[in-house]
Amino acid sequence: MAAESQFPLWEVFVQAKSGTPHKHAGSVHGADKEMALQNARDLYSRRNEGTNIWVIPAAMITASSPEDQGAFFEPANDKAYRHPTFYVIPEGVKFI
Amino acid sequence: MNKQEALVDYVLRLGDNSLIAGHRLSEWCSKGPFLEEDIAMTNIALDYVGASRILLTYAATEEGKGRTEDDLAYFRTHDKFKNALLVEQPNGDFAVTIAKQFYYSIFNYLLYTELQKSKDETLAGFATKALKEVTYHVRHVNEWVLRLGDGTEESHARLQKGIDDLWKYTNDLFATTEGDKLLQAEGIIPDVPALKSKWLEMIAEVLQRATLTMPDVNAFQQKGSREGKRTEHLSYILGEMQSIARAYPGAKW
Repeated sequence: MAAESQFPLWEVFVQAKSGTPHKHAGSVHGADKEMALQNARDLYSRRNEGTNIWVIPAAMITASSPEDQGAFFEPANDKAYRHPTFYVIPEGVKFI
Repeated sequence: MNKQEALVDYVLRLGDNSLIAGHRLSEWCSKGPFLEEDIAMTNIALDYVGASRILLTYAATEEGKGRTEDDLAYFRTHDKFKNALLVEQPNGDFAVTIAKQFYYSIFNYLLYTELQKSKDETLAGFATKALKEVTYHVRHVNEWVLRLGDGTEESHARLQKGIDDLWKYTNDLFATTEGDKLLQAEGIIPDVPALKSKWLEMIAEVLQRATLTMPDVNAFQQKGSREGKRTEHLSYILGEMQSIARAYPGAKW
């Protein structure tokens, strides 16, 4: 099937357990949001992976490009004080 | 026909519906209109085959003749099958398959909803589990009816043809036997013909939203699936489905 005959692309985010963040699982084609959601359900929750699914039109995602890597991310390399590792975590606190 | 024979007959009816519908849908495997829909259809086919395994196993147990689910699926001849005429009809194009799934899924949805209240614990448990699957099947097929019906001129025409051509097999979904009446009196199965009015209502509502025309409710209807009358198509399905099991009896894979 030629690429131009395919339906629009959607990115799929699956939540494994309620309360946890949705994680990017992959992508599907779909003519509309309901079709995209159903296709995502059929492709990415066949083996008990999820409790909730988001689908987002791939075209709506704005991504940084590989060339931006230096300017975007390297300045953070030498700023260890931004990590909250200088605190002592009280015993019994979970999910930090 | 005593109560136990009636139960076996009815459970075979449900099991054969699922088995044949599942086999028909599996024929789409690798031929779907696009990859995602190919997977969606084969997922639904697997739901059906899973349901048929539960039901045929139960029928074999109740029958008490030492047969297994495989004996029932692979070693019965066409005249011993109990499935509705609708599910054995050829897939046609995608729109015809959608029309068939539309009629069948909504029927299953209404039937299983009522069957959950069965006094037979196995059937009630089965219905509760299967209803979740069927609820999804209805959602999936309704979307396609809307999309094709209210889509392009061609998709509309093709689905309308599927809706019209398969209409004559729909009444047979609701066919009952004397045995069924026995089971119904015992609270084991619901009053199946009574589901028809709700079924018509649900079908009409979706067709109307999809800008499709509801077929004439008084038009001619085929019948006879409960009495062993079949259309020509079932034998071809069995020819394909049973050939390996018959060529290599007892084979394991």
